[in-house]
Amino acid sequence: MALRVEIEKRLGDFQLRVRFDTERALLALLGASGSGKSVTLRCVAGLMTPDRGRIVLNGRTLYDSEKKINLPPQQRRVGYLFQSCALIPQRSVLQNVELGFHAHPRRQRRALALAQLERFRLEKLADALPRTLSGGERQRCALARTLAAEPEALLLDEPFSALDDYLKWQLELELARTLEDYGGDAILVTHSRDEVCRLAKSVCILNGGRSEPLRSAAEMMTAPGSLAAALLSGCKNLSPVTVQGDGSLLCTDWGWRLPALPVPAGLSHVGIRAHSLRPGPGPLSLNCSLDRAIDNVFSCILMLRTPGGALLRAEWDKTSRIPPVGAPLTVHVAREEILLLTGGEAHD
Amino acid sequence: MDLFPLWNSLRIAAISAVLVFFLGIAAAYWSSRAPRLVKGLLDVVLTLPLVLPPTVVGYLLILLLGPNQALGALLFRLFGARLLMRWWSAVFAVSVVIFPLMYRTARGAFESFDEDLAAAGRTLGLSERYIFWRIRLPACRQGILAGVVLSFARALGEYGATSMVVGFIPGRTATVATQVAFLWQNDSAPGARQSLLIWVLINLTISAAVLITVNLLEKRGGSRGTAR
Repeated sequence: MALRVEIEKRLGDFQLRVRFDTERALLALLGASGSGKSVTLRCVAGLMTPDRGRIVLNGRTLYDSEKKINLPPQQRRVGYLFQSCALIPQRSVLQNVELGFHAHPRRQRRALALAQLERFRLEKLADALPRTLSGGERQRCALARTLAAEPEALLLDEPFSALDDYLKWQLELELARTLEDYGGDAILVTHSRDEVCRLAKSVCILNGGRSEPLRSAAEMMTAPGSLAAALLSGCKNLSPVTVQGDGSLLCTDWGWRLPALPVPAGLSHVGIRAHSLRPGPGPLSLNCSLDRAIDNVFSCILMLRTPGGALLRAEWDKTSRIPPVGAPLTVHVAREEILLLTGGEAHD
Repeated sequence: MDLFPLWNSLRIAAISAVLVFFLGIAAAYWSSRAPRLVKGLLDVVLTLPLVLPPTVVGYLLILLLGPNQALGALLFRLFGARLLMRWWSAVFAVSVVIFPLMYRTARGAFESFDEDLAAAGRTLGLSERYIFWRIRLPACRQGILAGVVLSFARALGEYGATSMVVGFIPGRTATVATQVAFLWQNDSAPGARQSLLIWVLINLTISAAVLITVNLLEKRGGSRGTAR
């Protein structure tokens, strides 16, 4: 069970170059909007044709520009869960799910679809039309229909983006359970690092049409590696950095001089997560002044004015003692929590 | 009173509407997926009959199909049939005139179709034919139905192009529209004024019936989406 993708496609000024390999697991495709996530999914499903490359699913070549292979979507056995759900508006829930069983003999379809509805707790809505369903029901119906066709790979295009928070969580739990039962390869397109961490084993970051090497979700948080990955993983503090003559690193936006560290080639930025900035002096500390303190739900967000002029964002417990605005405040960071990042644009 | 013009108008309109239903849908589907430049060009050519005076359309048809013209002569030699001045000759004229109505309403419907539905069908393994006839057309049914009724209504009343192509032969090529014109031009004939009045009433009745049908269809179309 494996999906191998290696494709290039040009769309106007946009150049997509994606490469990843996934095995019997949920791979997250993480990227800002316009980074080519949906185009990648459409190429895998056969709804769009790449310019060059190869797509192989479980040893079956779906697309190969050199061998001139390009299977139509009908023959790919790739399920696609659309963001809009794409339920046929004039057909009932049952009829929509029946479409997924169209490869079975006509007289068996209804029974199969009814059983599928039960599995997805939709049996009471069998005769309802899609427009009368709630967002969650609609998505369950779409998922039931997609899985009815027994796809070898499942593509999920931002499945939670159109839902409110509570529903999102319910659906996420359901989806996680469904995916465990499913057992095939799945790709989840998202721009939420939280979903990546909770659902995916590995993540492929797309940055302006380029894919970065696969890594685990945990690795993305502790060592994002690139500026784009750091931004996508939710890093709030980023500064350009210059390596000084003595090997120390000067974060120019903050005026913070960090000691010499083993730096990667192409180092351009330093990132420090908001919760990595802790109160008080330490080996790697910076004297700032408190610019603003904002109460968040379970934490307090502190905006710190740095000697370099830019603001740093720290996030502390509500129980911490917060000095008055304008007061001097020293923060420190642990050496292993400093993220060394290669440049966004120039990265290749 | 001879009701032949009514019967003739109805059959011409029905045949033309059926013909234009298929041609209009095909053209609309094709142009809605064509590259922008081709689409713009197609649009102009296919909509031209809507803005051209019908008499010009009629004249162009005579130029094309007349027995002394290249195409007309060829067809005459092949089938031995004259293409003009028969009752069914009006089908050519009427079809050309009503084509843009069907084409434009159907194209509007196709363009508002959610392509994700077709894409979903493809990834589920449904054939392209199934997707077109069972998913795309039903989803666009309201726009297409409106196009059919509108073009049928317009077909019933077509005068200009029809009169150029089939003239007015009582009992042979007369239609409701040409009958009214004939009666008005010859209103000194005995009984002409009464006949004229009756034909006007028939026309009003038909037109009102068509409009009521359109309204009912629209209402039903609106609620049918939820009922079915």
